[in-house]
Amino acid sequence: MAPVLEVSGLQTHFFTFGGARVVKAVDGVSFSLGDGETLGLVGESGSGKTTTCLSIVGLLPRAARIVGGRVLFEGDELTRMSQRELRRVRGRRIAVMLQDPMASLNPLFTIFRQVAEPAFFHQQMRGRTLRARVQQLLKAVRIPSPEWRMRDYPHQMSGGMRQRIVGAIALAGGPKLVIADEPTTNLDVTIQAQYLDLLKDIQRETGVALIFVTHNLGIVAKMCDRVAVMYAGKIIEQASVRELFDDPKHPYTRALLGSVPKLGSKEPLYSIAGQPPNPASLPPGCPFHPRCREALPRCASVDPPDFHLGDGSVARCWLLDDAVARP
Amino acid sequence: MARFIVRRVLYSFVTLFILSATIFLIVRLTGDPVALMAEASARPEDLERIRHQWGLDRSWPVQYVTFMENAFKGELGKSFNYRLPVSQLYFQRLPNSLTLGLAATLISLLIGIPAGIISAVKVNTAWDNVAKGIALLGLSIPGFWLGLVLILVFSVWLRWLPTSGAGDWRHVVMPAVALGWYFAASMLRLTRSSMLEVLGSEYIKLARLKGLPDFVVIAMHAFKNALIPVFTLAGVNMVVMVNAAVIIEVIFAWPGIGRLLYEGIFQRDFPLVQGVVIMAGFMIVAINLVVDILYAFIDPRIRLTR
Repeated sequence: MAPVLEVSGLQTHFFTFGGARVVKAVDGVSFSLGDGETLGLVGESGSGKTTTCLSIVGLLPRAARIVGGRVLFEGDELTRMSQRELRRVRGRRIAVMLQDPMASLNPLFTIFRQVAEPAFFHQQMRGRTLRARVQQLLKAVRIPSPEWRMRDYPHQMSGGMRQRIVGAIALAGGPKLVIADEPTTNLDVTIQAQYLDLLKDIQRETGVALIFVTHNLGIVAKMCDRVAVMYAGKIIEQASVRELFDDPKHPYTRALLGSVPKLGSKEPLYSIAGQPPNPASLPPGCPFHPRCREALPRCASVDPPDFHLGDGSVARCWLLDDAVARP
Repeated sequence: MARFIVRRVLYSFVTLFILSATIFLIVRLTGDPVALMAEASARPEDLERIRHQWGLDRSWPVQYVTFMENAFKGELGKSFNYRLPVSQLYFQRLPNSLTLGLAATLISLLIGIPAGIISAVKVNTAWDNVAKGIALLGLSIPGFWLGLVLILVFSVWLRWLPTSGAGDWRHVVMPAVALGWYFAASMLRLTRSSMLEVLGSEYIKLARLKGLPDFVVIAMHAFKNALIPVFTLAGVNMVVMVNAAVIIEVIFAWPGIGRLLYEGIFQRDFPLVQGVVIMAGFMIVAINLVVDILYAFIDPRIRLTR
């Protein structure tokens, strides 16, 4: 079966100071996503996760431009679409949830209006049909007595409820793919868990594919089928969740997993030495080599290619050169 | 909501009280009005008689209390110069000033808001630069100079519009443009910065991610949020244009309140100056109250939390 989304060699660069400075925020990212599948996109802040997501829907900041690669969604090449065509994709076929539920809702409009908009503009729903649709969506995200709550304004709702409203907005257009950009970072842990369960349930019911951006590996283990680990604008390892947690191939992934706090452990928390590199001036060779404890001499000069491993995982690290035959 | 309004009204009284005391003192620092009221050959006894006649021989606190007592009764005193009640003079001029002030407000809004929105939406483009240029010109060209240029071009050279006075709509055009010009620029700058802030917000990003048409994102989601500061400024600006368009009214010989104030100041006409300033203060307070109540209609958070 053809994947819902196929991103290949995507490059998005930021041009600042009149093009004098180029930041390769996304530099050759490839992944694909099947129907109803969940991909976790993990990495430190500034590794290019959010820019990857915004590149898919073509809604980038002014300074950023997609300079290469393809985004194939249900057979359509999104990077070639005009903004007008993209508007018919956004909210209708691909929905995005943003990081901050508190800030994502317009304070001056009712919940009804904000949830109704995608159905109003994309499905031309009006009047009673639209009201019924909004109530159904709010019920789906478990807002109690939706017929009343939909008249409220965002400030009258708790953080968890607002996040669920954002979920309802995402579902309103009936999308095939939902991109969730750290949707739970601002919620407290119990609300987070509830919300993640809700997302899973909705995914089971509607069969949407999900890209889940996070830096929380616990959430990845709970939510995702596959994981892509990003570092300095590249996916440095991609594997099934089980494979990645059981047998991480890239030293960076191993370091990330090693820095997850363990309950009951008396040992000091492991952290990766050094800082993530400045994306405007990346080191030569593998961008991770200055922080890598297993670096080889050539890591400092030559950036490793993707190594495809037998179990379907892919990693960019010279350590794997001997382990696999190059494809 | 009722409590909110009551509290606002009480604050307004405090503001007006402070304003009245300030203006009462300041006019008295300008010099002796009696010297201007009497003829040059007047003897000291004549001056004393005039002073007594107008109650100016009493102490300032007594004068102030009398002034306030009368003000509460709606009487602002009698003009030294016109020998008429100040309120009568004020309300005679008010329609003219309202016409001019409203026309200038309209001009400032019709130029400032759309240009501010375009400039914010097309930030750092040629459009934005044009708008910034307009704002710079608006803030730096003095109204009186613009007024004189307008007179020169449209009255003297083209003979399209009358140079001065009041009459039909043709008399309003030039003073309204000269007056509204500066306020259009300040409106433009405020709309631009307010829109820029809103356009950078997460909820506007989400509105775009919903695939809404640009018009809906900008004119409804963004503009409604950017409106509140713009609204406040528009209210205050209007009061200023109605009550203190002194220079423009003098240049165009517009029979409005600004000119009344100008004459009052030159004649040391204490009751007139006091009256006009108090009325302007009253109008500012009233407009602010109206603007505050309108906020509540725009922003549900204000509606419920106060």
